Formats: sequence, C-alpha cells, structure tokens
Amino acid sequence: MTVILAFLTLVALVAGLWLSQQRLASKPWLETGIAPLAGHGPGRAPGFIFIAVFLAVVGGLFAMLGSAFVMQIEETPWELVPLPGRVWLNTALLLLASLFLQFVVISARAGTTRWLRASLIAASVATVAFLAGQVQVWIALTASGYRLEGTPAASFFYLITGLHGLHVLGGIIALTAVCLRHAGAGDVRALLPGVRACALYWHALLAFWLMLFALLQGWGNAFLALCRAVVN
Amino acid sequence: MVDRGSDDRMQLPPREVEDVMPPHAHSWIGKYVFSQDAKYIAIQYSGTAVAIGLVALVLSWLMRLQLGFPGTFDFITAEAYYQFVTMHGMIMVIYLLTAIFLGGFGNYLIPLMVGARDMVFPFVNMLSYWVYLLAVLVLVASFFVPGGPTGAGWTLYPPQAVLSGTPGGAQSGIILMLVSLILFIIGFTMGGLNYAVTVLQARTRGMTMMRLPLTIWGIFTATVMALLAFPALFVACVMMLFDRLLGTSFFMPTLVELGEKLSYGGGSPIAFQHLFWFFGHPEVYIVALPAFGIVSDLIAVHARKNVFGYRMMVWAIVIIGALSFIVWAHHMYVSGMHPWFGFFFATTTLIIAIPTAIKVYNWVLTLWKGDIHLTIPMLFALGFIVTFVNGGLTGLFLGNVVVDVPLSDTMFVVAHFHMVMGVAPIMVIFGAIYHWYPKMTGRMLNEAMGQIHFWVTFIGAYAVFFPMHYVGLVGVPRRYFEIGEPEFLTAPVDGLNAFISAAALIVGAVQVLFLFNIFWSLRHGRKAGGNPWRAASLEWHTPDTPPKHGNWDELPNVYRWAYDYSVPGAPEDYLAQNDSWVPDGEERRL
Repeated sequence: MTVILAFLTLVALVAGLWLSQQRLASKPWLETGIAPLAGHGPGRAPGFIFIAVFLAVVGGLFAMLGSAFVMQIEETPWELVPLPGRVWLNTALLLLASLFLQFVVISARAGTTRWLRASLIAASVATVAFLAGQVQVWIALTASGYRLEGTPAASFFYLITGLHGLHVLGGIIALTAVCLRHAGAGDVRALLPGVRACALYWHALLAFWLMLFALLQGWGNAFLALCRAVVN
Repeated sequence: MVDRGSDDRMQLPPREVEDVMPPHAHSWIGKYVFSQDAKYIAIQYSGTAVAIGLVALVLSWLMRLQLGFPGTFDFITAEAYYQFVTMHGMIMVIYLLTAIFLGGFGNYLIPLMVGARDMVFPFVNMLSYWVYLLAVLVLVASFFVPGGPTGAGWTLYPPQAVLSGTPGGAQSGIILMLVSLILFIIGFTMGGLNYAVTVLQARTRGMTMMRLPLTIWGIFTATVMALLAFPALFVACVMMLFDRLLGTSFFMPTLVELGEKLSYGGGSPIAFQHLFWFFGHPEVYIVALPAFGIVSDLIAVHARKNVFGYRMMVWAIVIIGALSFIVWAHHMYVSGMHPWFGFFFATTTLIIAIPTAIKVYNWVLTLWKGDIHLTIPMLFALGFIVTFVNGGLTGLFLGNVVVDVPLSDTMFVVAHFHMVMGVAPIMVIFGAIYHWYPKMTGRMLNEAMGQIHFWVTFIGAYAVFFPMHYVGLVGVPRRYFEIGEPEFLTAPVDGLNAFISAAALIVGAVQVLFLFNIFWSLRHGRKAGGNPWRAASLEWHTPDTPPKHGNWDELPNVYRWAYDYSVPGAPEDYLAQNDSWVPDGEERRL
C-alpha cells in the first residue's frame, strides 16, 4: 500500500497547508463581526476547485491501482509485460498535448487568438493520437500472447491503461464542450476558466500516466526494494 | 433574521461569493422529480435510503428468527441466511448510513448552514441522486435473478465470493452487487464533489471555516474522506468484476473446485482485503464524523450552552479523519500478516481513541451545568453518547492483536460494530430528524410517539446487543447458519439467542411507529414556526419555513459562531449567527 500512502501524504500536505490558512487556532467564541475574508478569494472559480478535488479522487484511484499492482508483484511474482517502444511515443504525445493546452491557457489569458486555435487543435490531435497509440499497443500485445485473462501482470496492464484512457476520453469530451460553449464568443478570455480547468486535468493525467508507466516498467518495485535495502 | 447592520462600528467587506440564483424549475417534474434543489434532493436521498433500509431491517429479522429459533422456519435455508447477512450488512453500511448522512443531511444542511443558495453544481447534484437510485435498483434486482443475491458476506472476500459454492457466486448475484457498488461510488463522487466545493467556495460573507457548525465540519471531513477512500472499493469491485466476467485472476489463486482445476491462477486474495479495508475502516468514520458533528449541535441547542472546546472538536474531527487511513489492517489480524504490522496497526488504532475520547469529554462538558431540555433530539443525542462509549470500549479489546485473535469471527465482533457503527449513528439520525423535521416541514413531530420510539429503540437495542457480547465471549462464531450445541461453548446460549431475537423484532416494529409519526405529523403535527428550538445556526433563520428555492431573499451576513447560547446581556438566550448584536460599549474583535 506504499503508493496510495505516498499519494495520501501528498494530499494531506496540501490539505494541511490550506488548513493552516483557516485560522484554526482562533477563538470564534470571542469574535463578533464580519471577518475580513471567509478564507477563499473571489478569483477562484468553483469549477477550478471542482476539477482540483476531482483530480485528487482520480489520483487516489490510480494510486490504489498502483498499490494493488506493486503488492501483487511482491506477493506472487510474475514476469512483467514487456512494453513496446510505442508506449514511449504515446507518452511523448500526452506530454505534447499537455504543453499545447498550457499554450492555450496562456493565449486565452493574453486575449490573443493568434496561437490559441492552433494550440487547441494540436492538443486535441496529440491526445487523440495518444489514445489511438494505446489501442495499437493493446492490439500488439494481444497478438504477442499477452491476453487480458493471461497473467495478472497482463491483466493489470490492460486495466490500468484502459481506465487511464477512459479518463483521457472524458477530458476530450469536456474540452469539446468548453470550446463549443464559447465558439461564438467574441472575447477569447471567456474560454479561460474552462481551458484552465482542462489544462490542469491534462497535466494531472500526464503525471498519473508517468507514475503508472514507471510502475508497469517495474521501476516502482525496484525503487521499493532499494528503499527496503537502505532501511534494513 | 436579526441583522442589526446599521451599526456604524462595522464596515461590510465586499462579498467573496457571487450571488447567483440557482435555476428555477417551472414544471412539476422539474421541481419534484428531476429537482436540482438540494433540499428536494436531500429528501429523495433520505426517502430512498430509508426504503432500502427497511429491506435491511426485514432481513435482520429473518436472520434473528433463524438464530433465535433454529429449525423452525423452513423457508430460511442456509443459502438464504447468508444472502440475508450479506445484503443486510451492505445495505446498512453503504446504501443507508452513507447515503443518508452525506446525501440526505449533507444536501439539506450544507447550503443552509453555510449561507448558500444551493450546491455549486445543482445539475451534477441531481445526477448524483439518480445514479444512487440506479445503484439501489440494481441491488434490489439481485433479489429477483436466478440464484438470488450474493451470500458472500458484506466483505465480499474472494475467492469464495465468485465461486459456485457461495450463493450468487456463479450466477448474477455477485455481478449485480459489484455493479451496484460501482454505480454508488460514481453517484457519490458527483455528490461529494459538490458538498466539498460548496463548503470551500460558497460560504456566505463572514462564514469562516472556524464559524462553521460542527455538523458541517463533520459532513465536510467525511465527504473528503469518502472521496479518497471510495476509490479503493471502486478498484476492488472493478478487479473482482473482471475476475468474475472476463477470466482475469487479480484476486484468484490457483484453485480446484469440486475436483476440477479452474482457469484462475496467480492472483492474491489478500490484496482484496487490503483494498477493501483501506476503504472499510475510513467508512466507519465516514458514518461517524457526520454523527459526531450533528450530535454536537443537538447537545448545544438542547442544553442551551455553547459547545465546550469548539477548536478541539474541529481538530479532533480532522485528526480522526487523517488517522482513519492508517488503521485499516486491524481488520486483518488473522490474515497471517507480519507481527510488526499487527503492532503498528494496534498502535495507530489505540492512538485514534485519543481524539475520539476528547470529543466524548467535550460533549459531557457541554452538558455540564447546561440548561438541559430532555427533548426527543436530546434523548437520542444522549443515547448516542452512551452507546458510542460502550461500542468504543469494546473496540479497545478488538484493536489489540492478542485479544482480537480469540475474539475474531465471534458474535462479540458483531455486537461491537453494531453498537458503534449501527445503533450509535442511527440514534443520531433519529435525533437529527426530530431536530430538523420542523425546518423541513414547518410542523413538529408528535412528542408522545417520539418518546415511545426513543425508549423502545434505546432499551431494545441494548437488549439485543449487550447479551450478544456475552454470546460471543462464550465462543459463538459469527456467520454460522446453525451451530447446534458444540462442546467448545462454555455456556448454553439458546435462551439468550431467543431473547435477542424477540428484542430485535420489537425494536424493528417500533420503527413503523416512527415512520407513521413522520407522515402523520406532516398534516397533524403542531405548527413549528421558523425556529422552534431557538437555535443559533443559520438554517433556522431563513425567511421561510420550509426554506424556499434559493433559501434566502438576500444572502445572510454572518457575525458570530453557531453556539452563542445564554450570552450575558443578550436580548434572548441565544444569538443567531446573522445577528450583529454586540454588548453596549464593546468593540468588535476580529
């Protein structure tokens, strides 16, 4: 359960930082009047907070999968699925998509349309290419005999990449909805809250993918073995 | 509403929350069926939870009939008994307690208590209920499929949960259970995100986190915990569903069933236990923390006294929430874990007793020298404290490895968790319904029926679960359809089992009176007015009772915490949160 505990430690640190700003040591029974701030700034859109909290949930989901994967490898060792080189290319595509979406945010914030449309299209194409690439990897692995119902390592590979892909697909739908809603708007700044939330989502999915990719390569278990050796 | 806002000593800062009126439904269906109003969604959640809870109640009766009078009822077969046990446990923990505390009370109270018009995403909130209802319907459907519902026990441990020897294992029962749980988690996530973001972003002017009523602190922390814990159950359910339907072996070792080697192999059943209890133990506090918060508010209002140690209560809620994520393996002491792990988890389990004990002491100190009104909500609150302490004390037994090992899988465990996680939170649910029913309907629940309901429930629950501890101590194992008179029992338990069953039937029956009271009082209850308990928190100071769509004419300003009772010199024995009164000659301190 190391992976999920590490993730929750990260969440606890963020929560602790936020709680430290909530005047938890104040004495509300002595205070009357309107406090200057209720603790949240007017600039933070609820949608952005919604996505941030949702990402904590999604992160928990993938961390839990990671934990189960690591735990099972330790308990019942099996040969890992040899990941084809295409997975590296897919990872690069998701990284590109994430970068392009950040360009979209920067353009929307500046109110310029010059790079916005191109970045948006590039991000969408890279994301769809990532998904197509993952499907291609599935087909290649199945053809090589690594079937879903084969070893638990293979099952984990399909389950993890499948769930991650579904989340990416959900992101594409959300991004499309954001763009359609503001398609006719004259000011591109209207796009900003939506694309900022989408960019955060893409960055997080990239981070989760990098973590899962490392685990699927077996690096997570190697890292844990190293930690144990140091402790012992 | 007592906004004495003309006071020139006070400058109102700008609002941090944009005042947006939520979408108003024009059709009857939009208002009452596909409602986006959190108050209606709360009633939908609660109604559905109570309805499925009644199914669980009937199942518990059937179980007790078998245990109290074995061999008497032919229709209760061994398979049916295990199905009753499984469905009763799962319904009570997930579909009733979690749903009613977070979906029911969370939806009704969060917007009103933080001074918001509604949840921040009303449409998602509506979807949350309908996905929950779908989850319940899928669960209920499992009663009607060939083979019936799963009988794997509420923990659904593999490999037995998906094998043919378990009721519903080789048929659809386990599939429907897993699908239902997955749907429940999806639905809860939609609602939970709403509850959390509403508390974070939609508090009205002046409502700092340290002015939130403890009810909201409890629900908020439990929501965050649930959002982080439910993914563990989600992952476990998806993986087991794959094992059952697609032939994977996540949790399935190499197996021989009825002399035939199965296609499974290489999986780890223990991994499921870790995933399940990583959700399962926080789940105890997902139910308990809202109960803690609500009971704090009930005690303060009905004892006319401010909550003792508010800060400590907030810290304790947060600390309990955090610690509950590192105690899960105390449910697995007999799974063959390394002794050092047992030592670690026993230690963290005992540490969590410290903030919990702080809360109990603070409740008692809040009562100390209070102007205690023995109203029905107060009676249930007192019943909760006593029951929670009793259940908590037996938890100390089970938290210790060496004591737990002989008691594991006995009726002692059943008695323990029913006291601490069944009876205690249900006491709070009842108390909360008696407390907030006047705000929801404008009428009071009938007092005489309430008294009968409380005393029969309270005494009856003790008649059920106190002797059950003893039954466990003399060695009666749990999950046995019929044990006969084995030699390892140190005392006969037949009479006691019959007594427990009779008490369970009576306790169950009196709940019908409670339901009757709810419907009867809608029309015949005494008119309540806006604030019959003279409570200080915001929800009692809406311009309308029941609160209208959007809750407020103008969003309230909050000037104080929620527990200003019996303030010297104040015009009444309480000061509402939106009351700007200050003693003459005194400056505001911020």
